[in-house]
Amino acid sequence: MNDIDFTLLAPRLEKHKGEAGSLIAVLQEAQELYGWLSPELLAHVAEETGIPPAKVMGVATFYAQFRLKPVGKNLILLCQGTACHVNGSAEIEKAVRDYLGVEEGEITPDGLFTYNSVACLGCCSLSPVMMINSKAYGNLTGAKTVEVLEKIKSGVDAK
Amino acid sequence: MRITVGKGSCGIAAGADAVFDTLKGKAPCPVAVTGCIGTCHLEPIVSVDDGETLQTYVKVDEKGAGEIVKMLNGEENRAADYRRDLDCGSNRIALRNCGIINPESIDEYIAKDGYEAVKKCFSMSPEQVIEEIKISGLRGRGGAGFPTWFKWRAARDSAGDKKYVICNADEGDPGAFMDRAIIEGDPHAVIEGMIAAAFAIGADEGIVYVRAEYPLAIVRLGKALEQARKKGFLGENPFGSDFSFDISVKAGAGAFVCGEETALIASLEGERGMPRLKPPFPAQKGYRKKPSNINNVETYANVPWIIRNGGKAFASIGTEDSKGSKVFALTGKIANGGLAEVPMGCTVRDVVYKFGGGVRGGKELKAVQLGGPSGGCIPKGLTDVEIDYKSLAATGAIMGSGGMVVMDEDTCMVDMARFFLDFTCKESCGKCTHCRIGNKRMLEILERICGGGGKNGDIELLTELGEEIKAGSLCALGQTAPNPVLTTIRYFRNEYEEHINEKRCAARQCKPLLAYSVDKEKCMGCAVCARKCPGGAIAGTVRSAHSIDAEKCVKCGNCADVCKFGAINVK
Repeated sequence: MNDIDFTLLAPRLEKHKGEAGSLIAVLQEAQELYGWLSPELLAHVAEETGIPPAKVMGVATFYAQFRLKPVGKNLILLCQGTACHVNGSAEIEKAVRDYLGVEEGEITPDGLFTYNSVACLGCCSLSPVMMINSKAYGNLTGAKTVEVLEKIKSGVDAK
Repeated sequence: MRITVGKGSCGIAAGADAVFDTLKGKAPCPVAVTGCIGTCHLEPIVSVDDGETLQTYVKVDEKGAGEIVKMLNGEENRAADYRRDLDCGSNRIALRNCGIINPESIDEYIAKDGYEAVKKCFSMSPEQVIEEIKISGLRGRGGAGFPTWFKWRAARDSAGDKKYVICNADEGDPGAFMDRAIIEGDPHAVIEGMIAAAFAIGADEGIVYVRAEYPLAIVRLGKALEQARKKGFLGENPFGSDFSFDISVKAGAGAFVCGEETALIASLEGERGMPRLKPPFPAQKGYRKKPSNINNVETYANVPWIIRNGGKAFASIGTEDSKGSKVFALTGKIANGGLAEVPMGCTVRDVVYKFGGGVRGGKELKAVQLGGPSGGCIPKGLTDVEIDYKSLAATGAIMGSGGMVVMDEDTCMVDMARFFLDFTCKESCGKCTHCRIGNKRMLEILERICGGGGKNGDIELLTELGEEIKAGSLCALGQTAPNPVLTTIRYFRNEYEEHINEKRCAARQCKPLLAYSVDKEKCMGCAVCARKCPGGAIAGTVRSAHSIDAEKCVKCGNCADVCKFGAINVK
């Protein structure tokens, strides 16, 4: 990951040029393009926008959405909201961890999956819930969770 | 004849996409999309409108969709198996169109008197609009319950040529999802409410700050704004007025504290979302240091109804202190989870039993958590409390944004307090020492209690810390963070004492406090548990009863999970 193609980001930076308070939007677009915010990418954003690197880093570390580590092809968001907690989100997390064989934030060896815990996905009436690539899966059990992951892995429900 | 399929996030999660595709391909009539009607536990929901009657079908799977197609084609079918009349409560205001109209069609919104309120506003003076909101008694639906008219008045009275109207759609309270449902199901209601507010305070620019976790809401809102612009309702001089206003959408980046208005403004300005001292209030110095009015989604969604029907009509619903209706998100150990819009003044018990059908699985109700991490737990004995701002506050809970999480006998209240503190610790912005460090210390104590290391004096220490944190924090996050702990100590002190003194968790949630043993009568000696035990704590010969060595047991619970004979006792 030494050579990042910054030309992808150039038109986005141009769009926000001179726009006060656009740092979060710039970082969101950068993450969308590159999947995560590497130190090189953050340094590039700081240089191009003229915002001090410390501030860029400060914002990138403050918000939960920004990923400072690379992620797998399919990003699993495990809801840890109140309703999910009461209805057994711990069991879902265990099923995901056991199936993938990695810890939170890590990439599976095949590069397919990373899972992260999130505060609340707002699908509380279907708790416990997880979201994969912006699609929510509800009323989960350990077995159902594994079924969903297997489908994605085998390409039936892939991104 | 028309078919609609509920495609809110909840419907989609329940499988509405496949149902929609099946119907779209085979049904002999148009198939449309609608938002969440509120009875989320019955999703996917399909309605068939033949022009005279509306029939609803619930928990429709692909097979069910096939049956509906057969019915429409006049073939023999089993569609009746899915038929159910929905009772979503009458007199819905904020949710009036949710699950009824197609949120991606401005014409359907207009057909429900949409944008009539804006038209009416332009025939009034801004002062008259504010007066109408004052008469209605509408208070902020996002948590603090501040009178809406007062904010509008303050923003109008602030000097300045540039003013902003901001919609807080950063619904971070875990357990609340009405704002998502409103934007997904009726985005124009929010846009119309914002236009009315902009007219009243004299703003020409609006911003909706939406959580990035709500991708569908962002898409539907974007489409709705585009349509409103095309119709000329946004932009220069709508309806021939001399007023101009447009709205943009900003996606939040994931921080609970950004629900606090000064933190939200900081985030809009591209900064870390850290609250600042008030005054100056946003109405005086807000976004880009200009006067700004911030209300939440549900508040704005009420506004068009109030303008159309008059403030008096709204004020005639509810109680002296709290007017109108409020949407609650009913979740947790509830039979029928979903969104309930009820008049203020009804009881918590009514919502749980009449709308929610009581506790799931016929278990005993233990408590109802209101207001999320800022709120508190109301014990079963107090569920007859009337829903209004004052009465709820007296119990130690708050109205909050309307999250209502039902807990049964299997929920451990100490664990719940630990859960909420864990949340606030992660979400504290770190500015105030009391919030940053005090909550961390409280969490450590709770983790110790749940882990079997509770000591005499812990409860007193938690109470003392809680009071200090409330007094020493700048914003509502810190000021309310100890509430879940303080209310559970107030109503469930016995559970804390049991954890501390007897090292026992009656709800069997705190695993380190549990003891696992084998019921020799039930054990068939299949040895599955022994194979799954990571600690090698289970011994025995095949086809004879096994036993667990308590010294080696790591209390992971695997044995109880895998035993098919219910032979593992957990105490």
